[in-house]
Amino acid sequence: MNLTLRVWRQKGPQDKGRMVSYQVTDVSPDMSFLEMLDMLNERLTLEGEEPVAFDHDCREGICGACSMVINGTAHGPQKLTTTCQLHMRTFSDGDTIDIEPWRAKAFPVIKDLVVNRGAFDKIIQAGGFISAPTGSAPEAHSTPVPKADADEAFDAATCIACGACVAACPNGSGMLFTAAKITHLGLLPQGQPERDSRVVNMLAAHDEAGFGGCTNAGECTAVCPKGIPLTTIGRLNRDFIKASGKR
Amino acid sequence: MSLYTEGEPIRDTKAPDGPIETRWERRRFSAKLVNPANKRKMTVIVVGTGLAGGSAAATLGELGYHVKSYCYQDSPRRAHSIAAQGGINAAKNYRNDGDSVYRLFYDTVKGGDFRARESNVHRLAEVSVNIIDQAVAQGVPFAREYGGLLDTRSFGGTQVSRTFYARGQTGQQLLLGAYQALERQIAAGNVEMNARHEMLELIIVDGRARGIVVRDLVTGEITTEFADAVVLASGGYGNVFFLSTNAKGCNVTATWRAHRKGALFANPCYTQIHPTCIPQSGDHQSKLTLMSESLRNDGRVWVPKRAEDCGKPAADIPEDDRDYYLERIYPAFGNLVPRDIASRAAKNVCDEGRGVGPGGLGVYLDFADAIKRLGRPAVEAKYGNLFEMYERITGEDPYQVPMRIYPAVHYTMGGLWVDYDLQSTIPGLFVIGEANFSDHGANRLGASALMQGLADGYFVLPNTIGDYLATGSFEKVDAGHPAAIEARQQVEGRIAKLLSIKGDRTVDSFHRELGHIMWEYCGMERTEAGLTKAIELIRNLRDEFWQRVRVLGDGEGLNQALERAGRVADFFELAELMCIDALHREESCGGHFRAESQTPDGEAQRDDERFSYVAAWEYAGTGEPPVLRKEDLNFEYVHPSQRSYK
Ligand SMILES: Cc1cc2nc3c(=O)[nH]c(=O)nc-3n(C[C@H](O)[C@H](O)[C@H](O)COP(=O)(O)OP(=O)(O)OC[C@H]3O[C@@H](n4cnc5c(N)ncnc54)[C@H](O)[C@@H]3O)c2cc1C
Ligand code: SF4
Ligand code: FES
Repeated sequence: MNLTLRVWRQKGPQDKGRMVSYQVTDVSPDMSFLEMLDMLNERLTLEGEEPVAFDHDCREGICGACSMVINGTAHGPQKLTTTCQLHMRTFSDGDTIDIEPWRAKAFPVIKDLVVNRGAFDKIIQAGGFISAPTGSAPEAHSTPVPKADADEAFDAATCIACGACVAACPNGSGMLFTAAKITHLGLLPQGQPERDSRVVNMLAAHDEAGFGGCTNAGECTAVCPKGIPLTTIGRLNRDFIKASGKR
Repeated sequence: MSLYTEGEPIRDTKAPDGPIETRWERRRFSAKLVNPANKRKMTVIVVGTGLAGGSAAATLGELGYHVKSYCYQDSPRRAHSIAAQGGINAAKNYRNDGDSVYRLFYDTVKGGDFRARESNVHRLAEVSVNIIDQAVAQGVPFAREYGGLLDTRSFGGTQVSRTFYARGQTGQQLLLGAYQALERQIAAGNVEMNARHEMLELIIVDGRARGIVVRDLVTGEITTEFADAVVLASGGYGNVFFLSTNAKGCNVTATWRAHRKGALFANPCYTQIHPTCIPQSGDHQSKLTLMSESLRNDGRVWVPKRAEDCGKPAADIPEDDRDYYLERIYPAFGNLVPRDIASRAAKNVCDEGRGVGPGGLGVYLDFADAIKRLGRPAVEAKYGNLFEMYERITGEDPYQVPMRIYPAVHYTMGGLWVDYDLQSTIPGLFVIGEANFSDHGANRLGASALMQGLADGYFVLPNTIGDYLATGSFEKVDAGHPAAIEARQQVEGRIAKLLSIKGDRTVDSFHRELGHIMWEYCGMERTEAGLTKAIELIRNLRDEFWQRVRVLGDGEGLNQALERAGRVADFFELAELMCIDALHREESCGGHFRAESQTPDGEAQRDDERFSYVAAWEYAGTGEPPVLRKEDLNFEYVHPSQRSYK
């Protein structure tokens, strides 16, 4: 396949940045999207142009590092798929592909396609945990957990903190990410003691980090590679109202 | 010039002797304690935030130490541990199927082909049960039975069901548990987190590890950081092969830099090749994807009996013309033989020309029987996400056609030498997780790396490091100390050198070529002639690298090619040591198969008379042959026998 790529190039946080076109030829349909970019970068290097910077690590959809808006959609056209899992067989010969970084107030661009997602860690710091210092744990079987709850908690816990939800949201909200953690921990018996303070503190950290509010646009869940559902946000809201009532 | 010289033997002086069941308890009791008021004044650097480093940093923070934590990713939660799929072992014996701490100990020593220390392995088995308790308390959503209790499964090479799991994402869930504990300590001010920072040098003052040189990957700024002790939890070095199941950034730099400063590197040639990975689809391939070993619980491995059939669709090959070779050769364990055995068997059938898929480098892993027996919903519940992953990558639906799999580099048992306290040969330098060599001998059992990483980080290191720190406090050091200045200059010099070559080949082109050499000559089967040749090829390629590599841009800001160049430069040096180690070990054991040392029916032949030791290598200077220091292994409990899975 031969493709035209239009890639966001930005030297650093201060640079204004712009789209730059590149032709790539002989792309195999079996290549992953990032392998196609590797190929471009090899060529750029030999031609004396600095390669395109992008975040990636596991290349199997689990670390949450990769983060590209492809043709206007966070992580590209395939549902439930991270950028690194996208394969070129999804595209056709002659296509033009736009590649841009996440754009959100809370995620400033560092260089090219690389952004700073440290704001997510801040939200977790505020309460995305169960306080169980090492050594203090009771025997694992002392508290059975109904399978349905454990499974639902697991589903929410699969969030990879990629930030696609934020990039897709018209308000740049991090609510789906926050709600996934609230749901995971709030469904488990171990998570109950801190349930109220968790939701209040995490939401405060969310707002403070520059994320926008949630207006139920639903764009987040549509691009989420792990299929985190909007119902988690409903749960967060209920928990928040309950917790606020108690204060 | 000979390839290496032999030096004084080395001994682990920290492990207590006496009954093995109480050694850990006695060591904990004999270890000096740090006065709680003093802990706050002590700083510990932890490099790495995977299961080992994340759990260690969180726990040390909880204990009251001041911790500085580093990782190269943009968040500690993205460490490579996140990708582990299958599960974590623990001797809980919830199934009442005959498991026990002793059996896990026994299985691990045997599985490691009698090349691990008994004391360490027993401790690992003891601590395994606490890990599950700890993880559950943190909210790790392990799989559960309908009664609400934890589910387990049996996993590669064991006959008891002791593997706890969270669907196909056990590493992710365990790591998030450790990460959340870590974030809690960051919020509390006990841990100072430095993401997107890479350690590039170790600082040694008066013979003690006292700090590191790091590069801020965003600004390019190079700084010296100091502490009372340094912990390396930087993971494994499988990426020396370029293609592996490891994350792209996994590297040997942290441990290799420490090795060059005096830490011994043990058993570098012990590499685990995992039998169930998705085969390579072309030259563009940038990494290989593991298909969890748990698939072998229900999938059946086969190839056509006749080479002529290999081109046909699997469905057109009748039952009688299929060779379920693992079930045939190893009737007792069948598809569940340990990894090294399954990998070599796959290589053998492919070498016979009976492989399937592109280049004949693949074997089938077939779920047709399982789907018939259990029904599709049950198979989907167990393996759904793995099947999806496979389809996404290959474009084939494994519910309809058998998966194709092939072995790939997965894990490195070798690493920095540590004593029972997990301290390297440099006082104050501790090494945990995959980065050390300690517990898996020549072959790691499935679901045991997560166990070891968390055992080290939550329970072992936080106890043993106190014994060292209690001997402090140590002299204050700062950026003006000659040792710090020198280490910093070494880093700056290397970066300047890499940027100044301005050659005509990319970093990746060198890395790929190095990987080819390693896979060909230091992979699943090794020979004297091949290894000798590899050493020569590696040296030539390394010289070429330092003359022809092209790294654009500067060191001032984010420069990913520069990061990779530094890592590949270290891989070159490691690769040579791996080949020397493989060459000197004229026996087959675990993941190390020397073609010259096999039984008449082609199984690995150990040579306990000559090789029942840990090979710990000392760096002797650039261009100088390394020095071999042997640590003898003694087996008081599990008596070495030929492993047999027939
Ligand atoms: C695909 C896959 C599946 C697996 N499945 C299983 C399984 O089911 N069960 C099991 O038991 N094991 C499994 N393993 C093995 C297991 O995941 C690893 O051995 C283990 O997670 C390693 O943990 P670690 O903490 O030692 O290192 P890692 O998780 O690799 O972490 C290394 C850390 O060090 C940091 N780092 C490295 N170098 C530097 C540097 N120079 N400067 C700063 N920071 C640095 C990194 O940023 C990272 O934070 C699997 C491995 C793979 C590849
Ligand atoms: S909720 Fe989904 S899209 Fe948002 S960070 Fe988590 S995995 Fe990514
Ligand atoms: S690179 Fe890890 S999720 Fe894409």
